[in-house]
Amino acid sequence: MSFLVLENLTKAFGGLVAVNKVSLEVKEGEIFGLIGPNGSGKTTIFNLINQYYSVTSGKIYFRGIEITSKKTFEIARLGIGRTFQKVRPLKRLTVEENVMAAAFARETSFEGARKVASEVIDFCNLTEVKYFRAGSLPIAGRKRLEIAKALATRPSLLLLDETAAGLNPSELDEAIEIIKKIRSQLGITIIIVEHIMKVIMNISDRIHAIAFGSTITEGSPKEVAAHPTVIEAYLGTDETLQGGFNA
Amino acid sequence: MKDINLKFFTITKYEQIIILLTIIIPLLFYDSPYMQGLFIFIMMWVVLGSSWNLLAGYTGQVSFGHAAYFGIGAYAAGLPFMHWGISPWWGLLTGGITAVVLGYLLGIVVFKLRGPYFALGTLATAEILRIIFGQEEWLTNGHNGILYVTTWVDKYPYYFIIWAIALATVFSVKALMKSKAGFYFLSIREDEDAAKAIGINTHKYKNISMAVSTFWAGTAGAFYMIYMGFIDPEVVFALHNISIITILVGIIGGVGTIWGPAVGAIIMVLVQELFRSAFFGLAPQWISKVHALVFGLLVIFVILYMAGGVVGDWDLIVKKFRKFRLKKATK
Ligand SMILES: Nc1ncnc2c1ncn2[C@@H]1O[C@H](COP(=O)(O)OP(=O)(O)OP(=O)(O)O)[C@@H](O)[C@H]1O
Ligand SMILES: [Mg+2]
Repeated sequence: MSFLVLENLTKAFGGLVAVNKVSLEVKEGEIFGLIGPNGSGKTTIFNLINQYYSVTSGKIYFRGIEITSKKTFEIARLGIGRTFQKVRPLKRLTVEENVMAAAFARETSFEGARKVASEVIDFCNLTEVKYFRAGSLPIAGRKRLEIAKALATRPSLLLLDETAAGLNPSELDEAIEIIKKIRSQLGITIIIVEHIMKVIMNISDRIHAIAFGSTITEGSPKEVAAHPTVIEAYLGTDETLQGGFNA
Repeated sequence: MKDINLKFFTITKYEQIIILLTIIIPLLFYDSPYMQGLFIFIMMWVVLGSSWNLLAGYTGQVSFGHAAYFGIGAYAAGLPFMHWGISPWWGLLTGGITAVVLGYLLGIVVFKLRGPYFALGTLATAEILRIIFGQEEWLTNGHNGILYVTTWVDKYPYYFIIWAIALATVFSVKALMKSKAGFYFLSIREDEDAAKAIGINTHKYKNISMAVSTFWAGTAGAFYMIYMGFIDPEVVFALHNISIITILVGIIGGVGTIWGPAVGAIIMVLVQELFRSAFFGLAPQWISKVHALVFGLLVIFVILYMAGGVVGDWDLIVKKFRKFRLKKATK
């Protein structure tokens, strides 16, 4: 049984087709990279998977169950966690409260949720800011809080949307470390959207490339990086592909 | 004194002292029905303010129409009496439940709205009820209202009834806010869409918050019927005298704090009384006519200088006060 399947997924905003007949399959346990230039439809695909947007056509299956018309909260409970590219902390709550709110997806007691939150907060290196208001965190902290909130719901599939964007080099290494740990220690399958090629080429098992909402190619990081259309799509818009990959 | 740990919440030392004071202080005024009356109204506003605070302060659904639930609770107590002679005291049970049913039905419409539209939607529903209850005389006796000869002349029994309801309200909010539901309310307030992504059935939890909030508002309304012995639509569904004062009680004490509405209730009842009585007859009579204006200024002051309310900004107020004393001392 396939873990996550997108079948001819299409999303149109009025006349603009943001996602155009994208089909892909994610296997359990892999880190699956999704790349494409700005505005190519990556975030929209995430928004379709967790039903933030309703699909225009096509189907989504998670562990054999069609989730195409389920509600966002139901999908989270089925085990798909996500982070937001434009981070969405619960600003006036503390970091701990943010993560606890998410932990209640599986826990019913206050103590249970606090325990889960505490583990997740340690896992994401947020221990020092546990009692800070989420709104007061700098960007690196907010990005890690996005991951922590998603992890606290105990997902089996995690959608990471540019969690490394805007970080400095040492923060970046920390983020990569956490993402790797998510799979190796927690066994969570990951779909990752990232512009920073150093990150995506480094940690993905397979990569799916899109441009203007349509699939260009799919394969191992090496294969995808060598694909002429990928190189072309990135030339002029983002030079980090080659530079980052060589680095 | 020690904190008392109960299953769903803790009663702290300070709370125990407050509870004791709310028993002792009214007893000190045994020969003043006037003061006892004020204490009763303070407690009634604690119920309304806390009820509003759960929905607006903690869940972010800012209701401008809490009079709808207060009024329907009052009529749930009064109508069976008027039509069938059934004691209004049953209202203490049925008032809250009727309000919950009304809240659920209205929620189907108003929960589709967000922010200012939600506020306007709730305001409109209370106004519509006020008009309907004024016009459908066959059902409600219209503006002639419902009259009931109250059970006791003595005010103490009423005080301790509304005191118990007020404590139940405050501690039900406190218990909820320590639970999964409380975290979900806060998440919805902060970001409804982000809440959905962490598995929160926002629709369900908005309804839960609404149900608890409307239950207490309706119970307060039923109490009002029993205590005052008279209701009419202009009083119990009033926009300014109920819905707006409820909001003031909530924001002056501090939105989203457990004890804020209690502090707000004390301040509001005292300020209202000072103006109504023209500072106990010491000030010129026209003063009593400007209380609406004073409330307006109070709101502006709170929003500009203490957005967290008296309880929410307590640290800030103490700090300012210390600075002020320091300045005086160094002069
Ligand atoms: N809610 C929306 N309404 C209208 N158009 C939208 C909406 N969301 C996305 N779009 C459009 O869909 C296209 C794809 O956007 P999307 O955010 O998915 O791109 P992306 O690949 O995530 O880009 P980036 O790398 O900049 O994050 C863009 O043209 C965008 O303007
Ligand atoms: Mg994006």
